Amino acid sequence: MSSKKDSIRYIFTVAFLVCLVCAVVVSTAAVVLRPIQQENRQADLRKNILAAAGLWDPSKTVAEQFEQVETRLVNLNTGTFSDEFDTETYDPRSAARDPALSESVSAEHDIASIKRRETYTEVYLINNDAGDLQTIILPIRGYGLWSTLWGFIALEDDMDTIKGLGFYEHAETPGLGGEVDNPAWKAQFVGKEVYGEENNVQLALKKGGVNPELESDRRYKVDALSGATLTSNGVSNLIQYWLGERGFKPFLQNLKAGEA
Amino acid sequence: MSEVRQVLVTPIFSNNPIALQILGICSALAVTTSMNVTIVMCIALTAVTAFSNLFISIIRNQIPGNIRIIVQMTIIASLVIVVDQILKAYAFNISKQLSVFVGLIITNCIVMGRAEAYAMQNPPFLSFMDGVGNGLGYSVVLLFVAFVRELLGSGSLFGFELLATVNNGGWYVPNGLLLLPPSAFFIIGGFIWILRTVYKDQVEENEYTMKAHVKKEAL
Repeated sequence: MSSKKDSIRYIFTVAFLVCLVCAVVVSTAAVVLRPIQQENRQADLRKNILAAAGLWDPSKTVAEQFEQVETRLVNLNTGTFSDEFDTETYDPRSAARDPALSESVSAEHDIASIKRRETYTEVYLINNDAGDLQTIILPIRGYGLWSTLWGFIALEDDMDTIKGLGFYEHAETPGLGGEVDNPAWKAQFVGKEVYGEENNVQLALKKGGVNPELESDRRYKVDALSGATLTSNGVSNLIQYWLGERGFKPFLQNLKAGEA
Repeated sequence: MSEVRQVLVTPIFSNNPIALQILGICSALAVTTSMNVTIVMCIALTAVTAFSNLFISIIRNQIPGNIRIIVQMTIIASLVIVVDQILKAYAFNISKQLSVFVGLIITNCIVMGRAEAYAMQNPPFLSFMDGVGNGLGYSVVLLFVAFVRELLGSGSLFGFELLATVNNGGWYVPNGLLLLPPSAFFIIGGFIWILRTVYKDQVEENEYTMKAHVKKEAL
């Protein structure tokens, strides 16, 4: 090997040039493609919102279908709508990690294992032509067996009957906990009620399946996933948390009373 | 056989990077639950191997021996990031399913192995074809694994249901093992077995043979 190729100066020059060229290529790709990627992410989220409400129609574009949806900011502490931030730019997911925009959930209340809960979150409203609320879609999340399940739950205008539910991000075991994505299972939620007589969350998954002879089962219970006890418990817990006192319940009650 | 054709075709069966060199097994386990995802992964890996071979071969006479591995890694890593960015922009759903595994192409031994073993000694065009060939060799194994796993694990191919599963009201009880990564070991093992039955020269000689059992005299 030639001595020129082994000199320290030569090595540094080659290393520097290689790094420079690679850095330019990588940053160009990242900058040029970022707008398309952001659009994809937003479209994907919107698609999931529509899918949770059972309104997703693959033959139309996301933007076209999302026009009917009104995005509003909600203060979870007061249970009222808020205009604190612009919904176009506000990101509840990063807010949940920001100490200034979230609060830690104490262990005894943290049944969904989310650790921190954002103070402000986004909800999605669908009104009919007359301007009356038809469907409200709420973000939910909680820990299953391996991962946090991120999803949406859609309620009808009585703030009690379920219109649909879906998870858009999780890493549960395929074939077992991963069956939370099974359309046949998700369809069982439709028409179930969330709140019981005393206005506490009754909706939960039931191990061993729903007993059609019990009225409480028919109204409030959904079959647990077979072979996925921990994922099923996780789903029950996250419903209990997000639709309970520390989640959306105060807001839903205000909304029902027309005071949100 | 011309040299170009040889570097392109031999890695597919007779010198398969996964089946003979046993390189790049990790992603073969992780991304083979469905055909759609697997095909995108194969294209991504083939592109990275081909272009990293090409670029490394172009500057092979300029790379100082002491830092050649680092230079190779820098080039490979940059290509992988570019591929990942492109997938996120133009194949968003599949890139969501592939998640970290596109990024992990950086550590795929096939890419690095071909760069070090072939591209450092050969001219650019041949190196490029060698990369394509090895990418195809990788793809053949992955597609075979994914075919078995998706058909028997989910009862479908390319997302179209062929065997109606019990969960959807049909008759087929899916084999849950095939959805989990370890099952790919069995399938790759089976693939190697078939390959070595056809190409007898791939069978390795035993490194040692056991001696016949020696009976000890009773004390």
